[in-house]
Amino acid sequence: MRFRDLNRKLLLSGNEAIALGAYEASVRVATAYPGTPSTEILEALTQYEDIYTEWSVNEKVALEVSLGASIGGVRAMSSMKHVGLNVAADPLFTAAYTGIRGGLVIVTADDPEMHSSQNAQDNRNYAPFARVPMLEPSDPQEAKEFTKLAFSISETFDIPVLVRTTTRLSHVSGIVIPSSRRQRPRVRPSIERMPQKFVMLPVHARQRRQALEDRLSRLREFSETFKGHRIHRGSREIGIITSGVSYNYVMEALPEASVLKLGLIYPLPETLIRRFASRVRRLYVVEELDPYLETQIKAMGIDCTGKEIIPSQGELNPAKVRSAITGKNRKVFPSVEVPKRPPVLCPGCPHRGIFYAISRLGVFVSGDIGCYTLAALPPLRAMDTCVCMGASIGMGFGIEKGLGRKAHGKVVSVIGESTFIHSGITHIVNMVYNGSTSTVVILDNRVTAMTGHQPNPVTGLTAKGEPTVELDLEALLRGIGVEHVHVINPHDIEDAYRVLKRELKRKALSVVISKAPCALLPEVRKAKRPAYEVISEECRGCRACLKIGCPAIWWVPEDNKKKGKARIQAYLCNGCGECEALCRFGAIVVSDAR
Amino acid sequence: MPDEIKNILFCGVGGQGILLCSEVVAYALMQEGYDIKKSEVHGMAQRGGAVEAYLRYGSRVYSPLVEPGSVDFVVGLELMEPLRYTSLYSEKTKVILNTQKVPTIGISTGIETYPENPVGTLRGLGLEVYPVDAFEICTELGEPRAVNMVMVGALSWFLPVKVRTVEEVIRWRLPEKLHRVNLRAFREGRRALRK
Ligand SMILES: Cc1ncc(C[n+]2csc(CCOP(=O)(O)OP(=O)(O)O)c2C)c(N)n1
Repeated sequence: MRFRDLNRKLLLSGNEAIALGAYEASVRVATAYPGTPSTEILEALTQYEDIYTEWSVNEKVALEVSLGASIGGVRAMSSMKHVGLNVAADPLFTAAYTGIRGGLVIVTADDPEMHSSQNAQDNRNYAPFARVPMLEPSDPQEAKEFTKLAFSISETFDIPVLVRTTTRLSHVSGIVIPSSRRQRPRVRPSIERMPQKFVMLPVHARQRRQALEDRLSRLREFSETFKGHRIHRGSREIGIITSGVSYNYVMEALPEASVLKLGLIYPLPETLIRRFASRVRRLYVVEELDPYLETQIKAMGIDCTGKEIIPSQGELNPAKVRSAITGKNRKVFPSVEVPKRPPVLCPGCPHRGIFYAISRLGVFVSGDIGCYTLAALPPLRAMDTCVCMGASIGMGFGIEKGLGRKAHGKVVSVIGESTFIHSGITHIVNMVYNGSTSTVVILDNRVTAMTGHQPNPVTGLTAKGEPTVELDLEALLRGIGVEHVHVINPHDIEDAYRVLKRELKRKALSVVISKAPCALLPEVRKAKRPAYEVISEECRGCRACLKIGCPAIWWVPEDNKKKGKARIQAYLCNGCGECEALCRFGAIVVSDAR
Repeated sequence: MPDEIKNILFCGVGGQGILLCSEVVAYALMQEGYDIKKSEVHGMAQRGGAVEAYLRYGSRVYSPLVEPGSVDFVVGLELMEPLRYTSLYSEKTKVILNTQKVPTIGISTGIETYPENPVGTLRGLGLEVYPVDAFEICTELGEPRAVNMVMVGALSWFLPVKVRTVEEVIRWRLPEKLHRVNLRAFREGRRALRK
């Protein structure tokens, strides 16, 4: 698709460029769990027949599969969003000790502005923490080149390599020149038994720890002459050390300054930094989020200015950099008050009905992450927590154990099916084992919707769209010892309400599977259910249908603004019928029925 | 040479095809030999929320983000959306605006009201506004989803791109069965501003 050649130049996003780099580096195995802004890396790799790609069930699984492939002597890559690396941190830290056979690259995609994330952790800190080298490209062309370099560094130094991107690289498109040849890996695929390298018993681990220090000191030397560092010789007045996307903002805001742009940000090239620092009068460090470079540069005994003036929250941009360093601001045009436009659940979304039913129960909702987190916003307001994937179930159970009888029937945990498979299953095992009387709702919309419709084990399709075994959630739950499992249709709000009310009273663990496909799935769209309409003469303007917050139902105020009527926009209506059941006056009907 | 860089802001509502709109324009500019940086946000932001994309072109473009006061063209796919980003504009900003209204959830549920006369507000700030009835044009063409191509057509009037180049990109980027309607939408959009 987008990899087609227009005059040998491609317009690629950072993510697509990383995928192209991995392809040019002859990667054999690529694994990922979706997560903004990393998702398109694996999506782009599925187009290559000779690369095995998978949506793993979580990031730890993804990295372990890649590590295995590497131990087999082939090149492997895992990509994930920043918080995904927390999940994969366990194998990462020890893989630094064991090292690799085939090149092993891990891409971490950070989201400093939290466009689509629950926190803004700075994953550069993982590099020194895990003792793994890290490359940080600044634009799509470099993203491709650095990905290839990452594979060769990995094989040269026998170590996994991290590549870090941020939203403003992953989702920025720029011009990329593809290479005509693919790299040849240094290792050949084979099964080799190397227990001293790969069995991390304490005796071996201590040896490998020493070996890791030796590898790191060779990497420090390598970093001094690494061709991905770049120096712009400008004025001697101002010198800037920077890396990644911040480099672009510096180049635009301060075209006269001298700039040292670091490409390999762990380990840092100390001599190069010293030499650069000695040539300029005032030295600044420009980086988003944590003072990652600044702290290390100051530890070298070099005087520099960084976070005293550069914001440590959110993304930077040229204006912020210029204003921090020169104090100059451009004239700002006046702002205008506009109603906020938050994202909403789509028309026909199966999450709407179940959350409306839950909102009527007046319970505490221990929530999780996915499209359904939008149910926390008005008008549904049906979620009370959202921390990290899988946490809903454990937190709900914690409230139950903490408050005992006081909490019974007052808490429900809600989790999407992809999130449940990612890290919810172990919680149910824990609850069966430790005795729970909680109620858990699994929102099974047949697909990982929020990140753009990736298939998952219940979808019955692989990453490449090939048919596979469909995970049977009901059988799974029964198999791990849940006695009370109920499957309901969330579009039937009354039934959902009845079942939930009954299960909340039950003095035993019960799991309700709320099952209906995402409204955006092709099979739902093709079904073309007839739209609904409001018979204007019958509408009393009671606003009951507005409570579910469907974007297809519009309130049309009459002249005095207090009164009005509801109207359904046929071109937006998906025909789910939830609103019909909410109207006590029979004013909402299928369009064709008249 | 930052002075030579031109900045376009695309804004609208998730689901209106903003990303395709900015992509077609980006490819066309690239075909005409410009360096490009195009920035957008995926994920949570797309579910009917406000969506923005930036496109910058020139001989060498570093930053993907635009600065306050530096937007040259705004392409609004929804009537009130350009009001959200005025801090990025200057007296020289031109706004190419689809007159279609899409209420926010606060407006459709009757809690808030739709801003009155967005075109007047923008003109009151001293901006040049070019309204286009893209939704009507597309309804006539029988494809309401082609609003984004009408807007590409209107914008193309101001850009250093040949009509042929844009048409080539549309043909290359879209599946064949959508060529006819999208090419017509593009031409209608261009015509709308010629009048
Ligand atoms: C560790 C981690 N990995 C990935 C993500 C991104 N993410 C959040 S929820 C989610 C899956 C949502 O799918 P599902 O649970 O099926 O809910 P849906 O969006 O379909 O309603 C993903 C991929 C994350 N927040 N944290």
